[in-house]
Amino acid sequence: MKLYLYLLVMAGVTYLVRMLPLAFFRKKITSPFLLGVLHYMPFAVLGTMTVPAIFTSTGEPISAVAGFVAALLLGLKRRSLIEVALVATAAAYVTSLILPLF
Amino acid sequence: MEAYGYREGLRDGLPIGLGYLSVSFGFAIWAVKQGIPGLILVLLSGTNLTSAGQVAGVTVMAAGGLLIELALTELVINLRYALMSVTLTQKLSPRFSLLQRMAASFFVTDEIFAVASTRKGLLTFPYMMGLGCLPWIGWTLGTALGAFAGTLLPAVLSAALGIAIYGMFMAILVPGALEERGVLLAIFAAVSLGLVLRYVPLFSFLSEGFVIIISAVAGACVAAWLKPVKAGEGDL
Repeated sequence: MKLYLYLLVMAGVTYLVRMLPLAFFRKKITSPFLLGVLHYMPFAVLGTMTVPAIFTSTGEPISAVAGFVAALLLGLKRRSLIEVALVATAAAYVTSLILPLF
Repeated sequence: MEAYGYREGLRDGLPIGLGYLSVSFGFAIWAVKQGIPGLILVLLSGTNLTSAGQVAGVTVMAAGGLLIELALTELVINLRYALMSVTLTQKLSPRFSLLQRMAASFFVTDEIFAVASTRKGLLTFPYMMGLGCLPWIGWTLGTALGAFAGTLLPAVLSAALGIAIYGMFMAILVPGALEERGVLLAIFAAVSLGLVLRYVPLFSFLSEGFVIIISAVAGACVAAWLKPVKAGEGDL
């Protein structure tokens, strides 16, 4: 039951954050600091969510590091989201397949 | 002015939808392992349509966190959508009614925003609906497949898929850091503070949701203080 409450809160907050500005905002933000906070926020969020969690995401550190390095290299080459996600997965998968051989 | 409607929206949304399908598949496999039932995950994806917010939300859910913690986490993580929504208001066709604005806002995601905001000319309501359609289907369907068919996969493959969503995050982080010193700064500050809050025993009372909120807000503020953004700058 509590899970449905969580669901409701998440859906409600996420929708309101998107809807209220789109429906009612009519002005322009000009404060450089505020613009900066909003501009940098997604990167800060994704950063703190990715490190260190990515290193435990496959249940075993070596394959996770392989996936991380693959994602880093493809990211540096500005590959698409889906490409980076799939190659990171493939790198982690291949690593965990050959790891028991050593 | 270029006229485009539902059909053009669908076409523009197809690659986004395919990308979402595979990423949400990985998300669902990961989330099931956190102990969240498949039905909840499908409902979650269908109503939230957001990757970072759902990963953080599932983390808080799995830890049995407080509702206020969950709400604050979603607010902070999804704050960027508010800015994207504000940006989109500048491009909406004047024929958009209030109800249509409220409907179209549901589809504001990083990728949909990126496509919509770089489209030439004004955005029409049919175009926005078409654009959101396939990404929504891809995201929800991928979640269902991952949640209910994910167990059919070999254990090694399903373990490796746990990294897919983080790989997608890396694909946003790395090019951003390459392009702007401020973005690099924000990531560095947020990750450093996050590591301190997670591993220094003094802060062990902080749950994962609050660690994300505090480190992200602090990281963004540090970057905005050192590298403020003038109006009209940056692609937002």
